[in-house]
Amino acid sequence: MCEPPQVLADRPDGTVVRSGTIVAKAHAADTDREALAARIALAAAPQLAGILLPPLPAPAPAAPTARPVTLWPLGAPVDPTDPGAAPWAEAADLLARLHRTKPPFPLPPMRGPAKAARAVARMRAALRAGTTALPGVPAALSDDVTAPPRVPAVEPRDPAALSVLAGWRALPPWARGEVPVPAQRGGFLCHGDLHLGQLVRHPAPDGPWLLIDMDDAGVGDPAWDLGRPAAWYAAGLLAPEDWSVFLDAYRSAGGPAVPADGDPWPALDVPARALTVQTAAVALAKCAAEQRDPDEHEQLMIESCARIATLPPELATGPAS
Amino acid sequence: MMQCPKCHAQMNTYNRNGVQIEQCNGCRGIFLDYGELESLTRLESQWAQQAPPAPPAPQAYPAAPPAAHAPAWGAPQHGGHGGHYGHHRQKGFGRMLFSS
Repeated sequence: MCEPPQVLADRPDGTVVRSGTIVAKAHAADTDREALAARIALAAAPQLAGILLPPLPAPAPAAPTARPVTLWPLGAPVDPTDPGAAPWAEAADLLARLHRTKPPFPLPPMRGPAKAARAVARMRAALRAGTTALPGVPAALSDDVTAPPRVPAVEPRDPAALSVLAGWRALPPWARGEVPVPAQRGGFLCHGDLHLGQLVRHPAPDGPWLLIDMDDAGVGDPAWDLGRPAAWYAAGLLAPEDWSVFLDAYRSAGGPAVPADGDPWPALDVPARALTVQTAAVALAKCAAEQRDPDEHEQLMIESCARIATLPPELATGPAS
Repeated sequence: MMQCPKCHAQMNTYNRNGVQIEQCNGCRGIFLDYGELESLTRLESQWAQQAPPAPPAPQAYPAAPPAAHAPAWGAPQHGGHGGHYGHHRQKGFGRMLFSS
């Protein structure tokens, strides 16, 4: 096979290149190498066979300072053009099995809350970059009438950004990554960044579905892994039938994140809120950087944030319905 | 599943404008949890402040229960209305479902 290598993704948090049937990932330069090694070892652990895509043996680093590189077999991803074929049930089954597996060795915390915090920081930075009138002048002082015109896409008093920040502040400290997850919610193996781009069939094209991307995996609250689909459903982005398929499959496989029956939302509420805030924050940061308005899907998540901001968790998780 | 305190029929959960309410299948009475009346009042005052140019027609309570649970802050369309998601499934299936 002599096709030229192909760049599959190139973001600050990782560059992914495919060559033939091998995929190489260069992780971020500031990656915690010890934590990454534990996460990659998890994907290789026999207890996780059939759940996580196992890595290929990686080459020794080119230099101690080089970005760490991991190698993976090529899998077939979810078809983004065919909603009907999205593997909601398979994703939920994989998560349930992951969450039910006892951590085979000590692992770092799942990074979901840390990623949510990073998204909000990114939004704040993007808003500051778009609104600071003069270098060195704090944004709060730039109301001066002599300030040059602001970037129109997102303003400091933009209601969308205020909703994101209000929703963020209403979250408990553990969901903002400020303190460890409470013992009664934590201790489970988690993926940490579930979305439809995190599933491949291996061997391609007809092998079983497996979870990929261990960069955020670790121990934590398993409801976090259900939080993104839950957030999409709550925002009106994920159809109720797809959400039902996902949730029912998770429960059928004995997943521990939600009770076996009854209302799952007391368990899902905080992670779904956090992932709504995270998604809206990333969307607003992108809009500010690209000087554009939110698209239709981003708008649904921003509207969801606005509702979250008006309804703090203590109201939403009152007496069971 | 809750039982109606008045006629003891089964109650179903609906989401009206992001507030979760229970409605009795028998007498159609409505039960609000702690804090939900305040949430509705707050939504009403926001609605009045926003003064939308063309408010959508009020939605009737669904005759058949939609059954699915949703958070109190869920999108208003979670009240039921079969068929609403036919196009939505396609519409919602985008880049966002594939990225962090």
